[in-house]
Amino acid sequence: MPRIARTGNEAMAEAMRQINPHVVAAYPITPATEIVMIFAGFVANGVVDTQFVAVESEHSAMSACVGAAAAGCRVMTGTSSQGLQLMSEILPIASALALPIVLCEVNRALSGPINIHCDHSDTMAVRDFGWIQIFAENAQEAYDSVLQAVVIAENMQVRLPAMVTTDGFIISHCMERVEALEDAEVKKYVGEFKAVNSVLDVGKPLTMGCLDLQDYYFEHKMPIVESMKKAKDVILEVGLDFGKQFGREYGLVENYKMDDAEIAMVAMGSTCGTARVVVDELRGKGVKAGLLKVRAFRPFPAEEIKQSLSKLKSVAIMDRSDMFKNQGGQVFTEIRSAMYGGANSPILTNYIYGLGGREISLDDIRKIFAEQKKNAESGEVSQLIQHFGVRI
Amino acid sequence: MAIKKMGWKELMPGDAISGGTAAEFETGDWRSEKPIFHKENCINCYFCWAYCPDSAILLDENKKVVGIDYKYCKGCGICDRECPTKKEKRAITMETERK
Amino acid sequence: MPGLRDLVKKSDPLTGGHRACAGCGAPIVVRQVLMSSKDPVVVVSATGCLEVVTTIFPYSAWTVPFLHNAFENSAATCSGIEAAYQALKRTGKIKEGQHINFVAFGGDGGTYDIGFQSLSGAVERGHDMLYVCYNNEAYMNTGIQRSSATPKGASTTTAPAGKVIPGKVQFSKNLTEIMVAHEMPYVAQSAVGFWRDLTSKAEKAFSIRGPKFINVLQPCRLGWGYKPADTAAIGRLAADTCVWPLYEVENGKYKLTYKPKEKKPVVEFLKSQDRFRHLLKPGNEAILESIQKETDKRWEALLAKSEG
Repeated sequence: MPRIARTGNEAMAEAMRQINPHVVAAYPITPATEIVMIFAGFVANGVVDTQFVAVESEHSAMSACVGAAAAGCRVMTGTSSQGLQLMSEILPIASALALPIVLCEVNRALSGPINIHCDHSDTMAVRDFGWIQIFAENAQEAYDSVLQAVVIAENMQVRLPAMVTTDGFIISHCMERVEALEDAEVKKYVGEFKAVNSVLDVGKPLTMGCLDLQDYYFEHKMPIVESMKKAKDVILEVGLDFGKQFGREYGLVENYKMDDAEIAMVAMGSTCGTARVVVDELRGKGVKAGLLKVRAFRPFPAEEIKQSLSKLKSVAIMDRSDMFKNQGGQVFTEIRSAMYGGANSPILTNYIYGLGGREISLDDIRKIFAEQKKNAESGEVSQLIQHFGVRI
Repeated sequence: MAIKKMGWKELMPGDAISGGTAAEFETGDWRSEKPIFHKENCINCYFCWAYCPDSAILLDENKKVVGIDYKYCKGCGICDRECPTKKEKRAITMETERK
Repeated sequence: MPGLRDLVKKSDPLTGGHRACAGCGAPIVVRQVLMSSKDPVVVVSATGCLEVVTTIFPYSAWTVPFLHNAFENSAATCSGIEAAYQALKRTGKIKEGQHINFVAFGGDGGTYDIGFQSLSGAVERGHDMLYVCYNNEAYMNTGIQRSSATPKGASTTTAPAGKVIPGKVQFSKNLTEIMVAHEMPYVAQSAVGFWRDLTSKAEKAFSIRGPKFINVLQPCRLGWGYKPADTAAIGRLAADTCVWPLYEVENGKYKLTYKPKEKKPVVEFLKSQDRFRHLLKPGNEAILESIQKETDKRWEALLAKSEG
């Protein structure tokens, strides 16, 4: 297994090369540009069979992806932030048409003000469009998850588009050691693309994207509901199988030192790496601290999270975006909802942090854990929701 | 014309449907005027066929015009307007629809 | 050049039973264009009248493969399908000999305005596809709002003829010329009412590889205000008054495909439709004059560029 130093973007582009999709339609945007650039290089050098469509906007990128996927092709793209927003009109069309497009998304703060650095506001803004969303902690996970996303999205029980996200610059541009699979292994792993519907089938003319009025729109949304339910099992199966085949196992969530934990942090993406260090440190001091990493945000692993958190005393839920509703961020909101009705619920507090790429340091995480310890001891919530690390 | 409404599990995946099902939907009752075809005057120029928005000009197996498909014809009158036959020997004339 | 005797032998791309208004010009455009293809076609349509009336679930009027994505992206969507076709051909999934013509339809709103970027991008990339604008000179699907294709003086619901403003103030955008500026292989203008002109242009477009664009004036009985039977006749009147000249530009070479025997005054066209009725009242002479002047200017410019 080749071990190569790669940035998150390079790792994702490498996965795309090995997947060798029929069509890639993409548009440059910082910090995801590199993915498209590197892939364009593969196309120019003839190392992939892909038809690369260098479109004039992200809106057209997703539109062309929908066209190509409806024509029975394996289709991929990459984007970030404003680009994802410009695509957003077409994202729910991709899921309604049951097109298993895979998108490499690099998390970046939404304008305004314009900013190029990481937060999760872009990905969160499109969370309810029927796309599977997987957050990667590092370049290795990004690489592995892109491969898995193809298998998950194309599963006949699922058949939904999927996006795999990395944190802008923190993962996308940092060099890490990545273990890549052999080309032949990837080819075998993702297999041949099986089309369900194709507008290129001129012998069996289909009409796709009909006008649904009051009498059918609701029915046409139900397959997404059902597919998202199935996707939970499929993500687990695929993650388990990936572990068996290649030695790195994945799930919907990852419990890190959670078995006997009393206080914990819930986080997504690169922050998990920082949190692990603090958890280890606290464990060394005898503090029963743990980390719950949420890997799949859509479908939302409510039961798994509930199971992980119900025995705890106090939990810090980390949100790298705000919903501006005075009720905390998306992860917090969903976890609070998931915990409702359970016999045991820990104290849940929300930390909205890192907006626009504001750094979250080891010290910051130590401070957050110290607050959890205080909450756990006092049994009282010191502060339910806080915007952490912002100057007053 | 009433088709039983399908439940979501009965639908094709991906908001797709086989083409051509609109043939099941009748629009003939939209008509307030009705074209009448007079075969004896028809010169088979196909202007009516070329300009019918509703594919409602009936052709036989030899591709001769044989009439109007009242299942679909909305009575717009383009066929009559475009028919080049002379006033006294019209191949298509319009009359008020009597229902 | 196909005659109607040949075309009647083709299978119809549309069934009856669609929900277009009586006398709608859009299905006429679709039928004449698609039946001019020798090869199988795959169709994309922008959101708009055409898509709405032909695909009300579970009734589809399309007997050819059809995809609707959204309003402003029929060109980009079609370019994706064409890319898929190229990819599948390269990897041997589609046989070399099997040619398919890819056709994107959009109304003037979906073409001149909201879908213009998508169209321009697809053309610049050189996809092998034909884009057909069924141009009824306003947003008819949402209830007759002005677009950049709406002619000066026309009353629409967002540029209504009022006491101080007499309908649309601006002249229409000359999209056909903008497409010519893309230096694409084939650009043409046609109109409902000229079946031979439109089918010939479509047939020629299908014989050319690369991006092609045809702008078809499609009278709309509801939005323009005339008797439904007159759809084709009004299209002819547009050409006879030179408000909508029929021409084509093949690899930059202009050719007038219809020269009116006698150039009729624009007012003949205007008085045939309710959308211009207010212009015929006293006090609007200057507007009428400016419309005639602009029409003449555009016509003369076209004549100067055209051969034969």
